[in-house]
Amino acid sequence: MRIELTVNGKRVAHDVEPRLSLVDFLRDELDLTGTHVGCEHGVCGACSVIVDGDAVRSCLMFAVQADGAEVTTIEGVGNGPGTLSALQDAFWETHALQCGYCTPGMIIAAESLLAQNDNPSDQDIREAIEGNLCRCTGYVQIVEAIALAARNIREARS
Amino acid sequence: MTHYVSKKRRPKEDGRFITGRGKFVADIKRPGMTHVAMVQSPVPSARLKSIDTSRALALPGVLDVITGEELAAHTRPHQNALDTPEVVVYPMAVDRVRFAGEWVAAVVATSRHIAEDAAELVDVDYELTDFVVDPEQAMLSHAPLVHEAHGSNILLSREFVWGPVDDDAKRSEHKIGFRVRWGRNATVPIETFGVVAQWDEGSGILDIWASIQMPSYAESIAAMLDIPLNTVRAHYDVDVGGSYGVKRGLKHTIVAAYLSRKHGVPVRYIEDRLENMTGGEMHGPDRIFDMTVAFDDDGTINSLGIVAIDDAGANSSRGPLQLGKPVSAICGPYRINSVYYHAISVATNKSGQSAVRGFGQSPTNVAIEACVDRVARFLNLDRLEVRRRNLVKKDEFPWRIPSGSSYDSGDYLAVVEKAVSLSELGTMGARVEQARSQGLLSGIGVVTTLEPGGGNSSFEPLLNPKNTTTTWPESCVVKMDRTGLITAMITTSTSGQGHQTLVATIIGEELRVDPDSIRVVHLDTLTGMPGNTPVASRMAIMLGGAASGAAGKLKTRLATIAAHALDTSPDQLELIEGGFRVAVTPAKSITFAELAIIAHREDHRMPANLEPGLQETFVMQVPTGGELPTPDGVVQMYPCYSFACHICRVEIDPATGKTHIPEYVIAHDCGTVINPDIVRGMVIGGAAHGIGAALYEKFEYNEDGQLLTGSFADYLIPSALEIPDIKLDEHCTPSPHTSHGQKGVGEGGYLGAPAAIACAVNDALVPLGLERWELPLRMGELADQIAGGQTLGNLLGP
Repeated sequence: MRIELTVNGKRVAHDVEPRLSLVDFLRDELDLTGTHVGCEHGVCGACSVIVDGDAVRSCLMFAVQADGAEVTTIEGVGNGPGTLSALQDAFWETHALQCGYCTPGMIIAAESLLAQNDNPSDQDIREAIEGNLCRCTGYVQIVEAIALAARNIREARS
Repeated sequence: MTHYVSKKRRPKEDGRFITGRGKFVADIKRPGMTHVAMVQSPVPSARLKSIDTSRALALPGVLDVITGEELAAHTRPHQNALDTPEVVVYPMAVDRVRFAGEWVAAVVATSRHIAEDAAELVDVDYELTDFVVDPEQAMLSHAPLVHEAHGSNILLSREFVWGPVDDDAKRSEHKIGFRVRWGRNATVPIETFGVVAQWDEGSGILDIWASIQMPSYAESIAAMLDIPLNTVRAHYDVDVGGSYGVKRGLKHTIVAAYLSRKHGVPVRYIEDRLENMTGGEMHGPDRIFDMTVAFDDDGTINSLGIVAIDDAGANSSRGPLQLGKPVSAICGPYRINSVYYHAISVATNKSGQSAVRGFGQSPTNVAIEACVDRVARFLNLDRLEVRRRNLVKKDEFPWRIPSGSSYDSGDYLAVVEKAVSLSELGTMGARVEQARSQGLLSGIGVVTTLEPGGGNSSFEPLLNPKNTTTTWPESCVVKMDRTGLITAMITTSTSGQGHQTLVATIIGEELRVDPDSIRVVHLDTLTGMPGNTPVASRMAIMLGGAASGAAGKLKTRLATIAAHALDTSPDQLELIEGGFRVAVTPAKSITFAELAIIAHREDHRMPANLEPGLQETFVMQVPTGGELPTPDGVVQMYPCYSFACHICRVEIDPATGKTHIPEYVIAHDCGTVINPDIVRGMVIGGAAHGIGAALYEKFEYNEDGQLLTGSFADYLIPSALEIPDIKLDEHCTPSPHTSHGQKGVGEGGYLGAPAAIACAVNDALVPLGLERWELPLRMGELADQIAGGQTLGNLLGP
């Protein structure tokens, strides 16, 4: 099937098998390997991408369902080549990762949160990333990173 | 004073991960790559009557379908860690299957989709045979045999008596015994295991890219494929998406490598989650402890008795050795005079056992801490006070335990006081009462646990007399290029430990060079030097020591050239940022950049007989190692012992059995910290693993031998809502055995948290007259016990 969509601001058109998942499309067809596969049944959140403004699991979505959609992956999160988003910078500052495998999905989930709420409580943050599993960190430095990014965004704005 | 060590510094690795530019094995693409899917046994035990691959082979895009029989005809079996020559295990089932999920056939096709389609078309005729799931049943004489040729399901049964066990029991005023169970779980990384293999006929080299954390990986590949070791090039620059011990896909690698050689194409096998959980053979220890403890009225513990039955599953590889590491800290941090230990490894029809964070120490720590709590409760003493009375004191180090290891250094009481202060333990009882007044159960866990680090792997000869391993060295190569910049080379893959940061920080410290300017690269197994990967909390100790040693040699070389150029002697030189100066005449100085030019291009300015270039290698020997065990099983195993005190409070809803952790504090001492944020993450992350093991995670097999928890919908990994805001404090007692006083830290959180949670839950159960020393303490079972009032944990007394 022919699909056309926008990925990280670029228009792409591809012929895909109907059974191809969105994550396999992004990774295998577009070489956007920053989005990771963890469980392929919608629990771990490693494959999170933003589709039309919402963080979704790209392992539970077919590529054909993204026809016409606007998709943002971790590769499209920064403010242009060589720059970091406030969240990416904060993740580095607090060392909110270890192996880095869940990190893109975690940042996507956090971007989605901060787009809706730039002053989240720790509980808000924990609820927002509850569907993104991390086996390395125990989440504490991730929660700190997201709170730090929110603070930096608010301060930059005021 | 340090310049870089112990200072906050953004880890070098993080930049690529936060931008999605990590290079994991699934990101590796080779031209013409093919893909594998596995056919797995649906039954726990059967004879393979026939395997018909014709329908699968007929599917367009399928290159081949191989069976275990074909693979076994072209490879050698896995090497057994134990002395069990009749236990013969190949990567795929030959003639019979031994657990549900075992690989029966492998399909290779032009895409993973086609390979999966074809796997469903492989027709296998299974003739069901008797099987055994329970390890105690498996030990009975009439039990079905997992490995018939071995003649028994008992793979290992070794008794150790360290110290005057009988005398200590006689002189003790009290003796109690009880049972502790540790459920089958694993650290389950979010990335499954994956491998890409490419046999290059032209160079005669087998290239391997894998998500691997395993000592002797290339050696094992070469042995099983029966090819020279210098044919195997395992690439260590693959980012590993979490491991914590379990990423040991040797059998996966053999299948992929065999297929690549047979068909002349690159072959990739990336497990899906179900393949990983059912057939990946990454389950961890699964233990029954029968504990006895002999003690006096004042709480002094004189002797411990530990019978540990470990369910190794069907295919014993390195798993059973996890009964060995705890020998190195068999007394915990306590002054216990004697120990009886009976280590039993049993085969059952379940997935084989792999190494998991702590290598068997965490279950043992739960059992030891349960003993201390039981003693305190028996004597009606405060649990922390009993610990204080038994802890090794600051001035008693090095402290040699009866099984032969010496604890290097520590100030356990100081760490305990930091935990007490941070947790506000003094008022925690009031918070327990407050929760109880709201109808909840609430209890406090206080545990003190050890983390052995950097060992020589002498548990191998301890449990297998044919094994003569007494060291596990680690290496680092450091070079300064012609512009004066430094590149360091290491021979390991990294799965989140921050090795690049570790090495750059230590080299930066030794040479007064900004660590951000130092590049650290991962060699492969052909270009690399001796290395044993980041197991056993060893890399700060061993790789840190290797980096320090190589940098020190480079500094000496640089100083020799500098002294010649400045017309002085090396001992007159002072290291400054970016070069040297003459101590008494600081105006006379020379930069590294200038020294680099001399060393590479200006022979006329070089000291006589000095080799050109600026490169040094250091191979770090394990401190305190080097001796085989005595015949009665006494051996020095680990050089460094980190210590932690975990204090937590739990609240349990008595109706649902759901446990909540409102308070969790850790004070720990891992000697000198190299990077504070990395250490903090390791400790908290390890504790989170431990909370999962204590409350949620279990590979549950039913009586039909079927794994019931093969997905993340039923194998429950804690999320950000289950893990509390864990607070940390640190203490620093430097190790006398390491370059900067550092000790290991990768496992400590996991070595304390299960015990802390188990002790807290049991404290919460005290008012009901109940106890439960059976991990995980899952809500349904806990609720049933609370409702039924049964004391399940108390099987032997008091």
